[in-house]
Amino acid sequence: MTIRWYDAARHYLQVVAFCSAVAVLTNLIWPLKGYLAQLGYSLSVGTLTWLVMEFGRYLVPERHCHRASDGGRGWPHGWRGLALTAAAIGLGFIGGGRIGDFFWGYGLVSSTRDNNISLAITIVAGAIASFYFHTRGRAAALVALKNAAERDASEAKLRLLETQLEPHMLFNTLANLRVLITTDPPRAVAMLDRLNSYLRVTLAGSRVVAHPLSAEFERLSDYLELMSVRMGERLRYRIDAPDDLRRVPVPPLLLQPLVENSIRHGLEPKVEGGLITVRARRQGAQLIIEVLDTGVGLADADPGDGDGVGVGVGVGSGFGIAQVRERLTTVYGDVASLRLSTRAGGGTAAVLTLPLPDTDTSP
Amino acid sequence: MTVPTALIAEDEPLLAQALRSELAAAWPALQVVATVGDGLSAVRESLRLLPQVLFLDIRMPGLDGLGAAAELADQWPVAEAPIPQLVFVTAYDEYAARAFDAQAIDYVLKPVQPARLQRTVARLQQALSVRPSAAAPNDVAASTLAQWRQLLAAAGRAPSTGAAGNAAPPLKFIAASDAGSAGTTVRMVPVEEIQYFEAADKYVRVLTPGNEYLIRTPLKQLLPQLDAQAFWQVHRAVVVRSDSVESVHRDDMGKTHLMLRGRAEKIPVSRLYAHLFRAM
Repeated sequence: MTIRWYDAARHYLQVVAFCSAVAVLTNLIWPLKGYLAQLGYSLSVGTLTWLVMEFGRYLVPERHCHRASDGGRGWPHGWRGLALTAAAIGLGFIGGGRIGDFFWGYGLVSSTRDNNISLAITIVAGAIASFYFHTRGRAAALVALKNAAERDASEAKLRLLETQLEPHMLFNTLANLRVLITTDPPRAVAMLDRLNSYLRVTLAGSRVVAHPLSAEFERLSDYLELMSVRMGERLRYRIDAPDDLRRVPVPPLLLQPLVENSIRHGLEPKVEGGLITVRARRQGAQLIIEVLDTGVGLADADPGDGDGVGVGVGVGSGFGIAQVRERLTTVYGDVASLRLSTRAGGGTAAVLTLPLPDTDTSP
Repeated sequence: MTVPTALIAEDEPLLAQALRSELAAAWPALQVVATVGDGLSAVRESLRLLPQVLFLDIRMPGLDGLGAAAELADQWPVAEAPIPQLVFVTAYDEYAARAFDAQAIDYVLKPVQPARLQRTVARLQQALSVRPSAAAPNDVAASTLAQWRQLLAAAGRAPSTGAAGNAAPPLKFIAASDAGSAGTTVRMVPVEEIQYFEAADKYVRVLTPGNEYLIRTPLKQLLPQLDAQAFWQVHRAVVVRSDSVESVHRDDMGKTHLMLRGRAEKIPVSRLYAHLFRAM
């Protein structure tokens, strides 16, 4: 537990200013007693009240307190907060009055009526000051919350970009391109064009909310084509979208992690490689997109890149899948789903279920 | 003087083709006898063709480059042909590349860089020229095997333990399940009671004089957590407690096996680790 002295000092300065204002008010009520003495009383009460509030909260166990915006000890929850305020005002009134009496000799408060007035003033002033600090703290906490949310959002965006633009894939594509430039220039040009459109969409994809399914499938075919230059015969693929679904909007590059998993954990470990099928169909008011492979399947798949010879920047399958699920939840809430299963003949099936937009369900 | 021969194992066809043509330029005399795309084919073709140089990609489907090398070390017919020179092929962003760089070990980088490949070729030519004139073939074989060991150790070390070194003290207990209990009971097995570890399919068997336990931690991850003086890896799949070894036997084929105190089973010793048991 660390006490934040800088914050405490800042709070106290505001208390002093507030007490000076209260002294002006009391001076209007008891004009005979002089402003300086009134200020003395006001400051005694205010200081004591503030001391109890500022440091009293450290006596309340941390689990009963709000978290301050900057991570420090916040104000206690519920009745504990109210009790602390009441205790502070009570102590401030009695103790502060005594201190005032001690320094300024004569009783400032001479009658029961005066006593009641000054108690009322202390309570009201204490309540106003507490309310002020409470609101301020709350606003600061909200600002902090908003900043954290913004930071999380941009971090998520960055992570998304990292999974979509995996360095290993990029280096490998360039290595293959380098070979093709001398041995097969026309194919090199074709590969460069694929890389170009793949990069353009990947880099723009983090800024666009949705694009048509046809565009999504074209980008997948860019990706698969680049991978098949790399893997040669070992990677075969088929992409199939019915014409009436081609214009359905989908989140950009949503499917890529699934295809990537199929390659990395399905086909790459398999000597003879295999076939990846990506297809879409309509089922009632839902769009079903399937990514199927004939790879090693879920059970036999390598549990990760723990073998020490994996890629440098390891983005495991778990993260890819989690990221797809996260995006589905963000965009569709709980009406979309992703299911992974082992196929009967071997290999893995990833099945995405998305709601079709209303305009498309009744053409 | 025989024609130098080589085998290339690389799963990406274009990169294999590139390595082949760069080698043709850097070392015209070298005859590439086979180009294969996976580790099992690499083992099979190497044993059939007995090339003098192996270029093995580390990442390959089926059996990776490290597995293929370990397999070849044991199965190589030393009586017929000397153990070949081994060169790993790896992309720069793979862990092994950094490990090789850190230990100044020669390797072939993907994509192939002619100047670098030239250096590798010069080293290989030098190594091959020593061979035929060697008066003590066993010494040559031993030094080649030592190189293989060094290569496999550098490429195979888990990244997490690579840089940090052995910061954590060795384990005192192994938390293992009873071999028959289907994982419901976990036993804390004192490390000093363990005679050997043996990798079996998805588990590692932990053997003490009276019992057998199972753990899921792969040997590769377990090994750095054991006291290197007390436990020796003697085979790809076996780590023994050095002071439980009773005797070491070599058969007519040049294969080595161990007998442990109080146990009847023969423990195979890989050729890569046979140097641990040479008579003093």
